[in-house]
Amino acid sequence: MSLVFALGDRYVTRASVVHRADGRVKLALTLGYVLLVTATPHAHWLALAALALPVAALVAVARLPLDVVLKRSALALPFVLAAVPLAFTTPGELVATVPLLGWTATREGAEAVATILAKSWISVVLACVLTASTTPTELVHALRGLRVPALLAAVIFFTYRYLFTIGDEGSRLMRSRDSRSAAIAGYRSGGTLRWRAGILGSMVGTLFLRSYERSERVFAAMQSRGYDGEPRFLDPPTLHRSELAGAALLLLYAALVQAYVRLG
Amino acid sequence: MSASANGAHRELALELHDVEFAYPDGVPALRGVSLQVPAGEKVALIGANGAGKSTLLMQLNGILRGRGEIRVLGRVLSDASVREIRALIGLLFANPDDQLFSPTVLDDVAFGPLHMGLPKPEVQRRVTEALKQVGMSGFEARMPHHLSMGQKKRVAIATVLAMGTPILALDEPTASLSPGARYELIALLQSLPQTMLVSTHDLGALPGVFTRVVVLDEGRIVADGETATILADHDLLHAHGLDEAHGLPHA
Repeated sequence: MSLVFALGDRYVTRASVVHRADGRVKLALTLGYVLLVTATPHAHWLALAALALPVAALVAVARLPLDVVLKRSALALPFVLAAVPLAFTTPGELVATVPLLGWTATREGAEAVATILAKSWISVVLACVLTASTTPTELVHALRGLRVPALLAAVIFFTYRYLFTIGDEGSRLMRSRDSRSAAIAGYRSGGTLRWRAGILGSMVGTLFLRSYERSERVFAAMQSRGYDGEPRFLDPPTLHRSELAGAALLLLYAALVQAYVRLG
Repeated sequence: MSASANGAHRELALELHDVEFAYPDGVPALRGVSLQVPAGEKVALIGANGAGKSTLLMQLNGILRGRGEIRVLGRVLSDASVREIRALIGLLFANPDDQLFSPTVLDDVAFGPLHMGLPKPEVQRRVTEALKQVGMSGFEARMPHHLSMGQKKRVAIATVLAMGTPILALDEPTASLSPGARYELIALLQSLPQTMLVSTHDLGALPGVFTRVVVLDEGRIVADGETATILADHDLLHAHGLDEAHGLPHA
């Protein structure tokens, strides 16, 4: 119906160990784990399955709705599209030919695409667990904790914060346009495709200009209240040894899987 | 709620039958609203913040769709009729920044007539006429979002007037206007001949423009009557958050 509902909040409220865990631990674990998943060699399905297992377990422990996780992780699909040419360019055993175009796919190529698909999907699901179990405020705190520059952390935080505002504004503009998109008998309504595209284009432009001006007003309002670029928190979370140990164990497990694959 | 009391044979401009609506988050906004507005009547819709006034107005031209039946000048609102109904009822959004989406005032006022497929000279005529009506002639080339609040409001009304709809649904047209700009707007509403359903918090403007007032609270119509009667009923206004209780404290 409108942009607003497509941009649902990422955080899913649950009372789980994963939700309670410190954002810094979760962020570091996510980054480290993704790195280790990326290191998996070509077409090593057993290793990929072994690496997917803990991610599935985290989804279960965090009690995240499966449909939500699946829907959000579909984000990985467009990136796989970029990998599809590999199926045709990798030399190896021929398995199929695209009719008319005459492109030939190889077994090795297809495996390369499948490997990339599996790796990105495991990584994106893990990222979904992170964003669904950590509030944006905690995430910013975590980014700062991992020494991400304050400016970059602030940009990420405000992008998230104002995405909804801008989405709402966009959908209100579209409501206004629809309200005046009328038809009367005897006339061909709707104008040309080119005209409608022009209207949409100028709406996007309007939205950009307004967002830009809004950002200056927001910044002025923040400066008026003493903002100096460093995010501050009322109640900074404390690190728990058990959470650190849990994250370390998961990373160790992934590292062992990689070691086994490469050495074993 | 008999609309026939003083207009037995007048055509009905708006008929709402048991309209219900809930936002996607599950919050019910309208809980069975039935209302009839005869053609030519100017009706004010009052109610506290969150009473459902804007939601109700957005039902009328199908921007929001709930349960129940809505007829505009006799035509039932449906997927098939929604475009034609939008040529019958002009909706003004409360915030002119929502209403105005084009790079220039001219583009915005011309949008409605252009979308209807009217010939160019007719579009030109309507734009000129609408801007004249709201006192904004000469602002055609300006950027809407850099105008003052009063000017934005007037341009927003012009975008609706240019469509030439027989019915106007206006959401808080006098809100956030300075006294002078508010006075001019009230005078404009008085002078316009269209059927009107206007949501407002501006009780002072009611007697001059509206013959009838509908009070909305928590998505229901709690009163519907002549303006003077409603405004004299202090208990009613107080019960629905429409007065200042004991008056403002003195300095």
